[in-house]
Amino acid sequence: MTPPLAWYLGLSAVLFAIGVLGVLIRRNVIVIFMAIELMLNAVNLSFVALARSSGSMDGQVIVFFVMTVAAAEAAVGLAIILSMFRNRETTNADELATLRW
Amino acid sequence: MNPLLFLLLAALTVASALTVVVHRNPVRSACALVLTLCLLAVFFLGLDAQLVAFLQVIVYAGAIVVLFLFVIMLLNLQVEARAMAGALLVGTATAGGVALAVLVVTALRRAAVPAAANPPAGFGETAALARQLFTVYLLPFELTSILLLVAIVGAVALAKK
Repeated sequence: MTPPLAWYLGLSAVLFAIGVLGVLIRRNVIVIFMAIELMLNAVNLSFVALARSSGSMDGQVIVFFVMTVAAAEAAVGLAIILSMFRNRETTNADELATLRW
Repeated sequence: MNPLLFLLLAALTVASALTVVVHRNPVRSACALVLTLCLLAVFFLGLDAQLVAFLQVIVYAGAIVVLFLFVIMLLNLQVEARAMAGALLVGTATAGGVALAVLVVTALRRAAVPAAANPPAGFGETAALARQLFTVYLLPFELTSILLLVAIVGAVALAKK
């Protein structure tokens, strides 16, 4: 006996909510980044669960692409954080408000 | 996967995901993220997605989180005094997050989710995924290589002094 699809989707929703929470409440940009990875993974879980229940491989292929985008995003984002830190000596999102109107 | 095992692993996953979000030390957050990703890989294995599970461990836990840890160590980030936003925002965000989770779970309880049929033979194996990737999804696959190239060049250009 396997757990129903709805359980996987529920777990995915909870993980996504935790990721959104992290982006909203944390002030360290690196931790905000990790919360974004958490959200991406929550969606990946949905994709894999739905692929299994529909019997089509498409969901798993999309997960492959999501991972690629996450890797590219992490590389560029961390490089941005690095150069921001070099200029401002901080990773606190509240102090990095130059672009805020 | 046994439903009891599912619930146990789900509880562990949610706990470690919460640790990522609330722990004040970024290094501990990153370590909790590794745990979360590995637990998700176990779920993927239970869902007949072997290749995705191994990619999850190798690419995500192995490469991306190591990149995070590397940057944390490089910047020498310590435990922060003001890790969180103001109490009002934290309260609102927590309430909103709980409300969102409750909403989705309630909606799922009411939704008529079709029973999972037995997947076709070879489902989730590398050969099946590769066949999709190199036929139907060939153009997106080639585009990701351009995306990665742009990301590499961008990262080097940004991080260079």
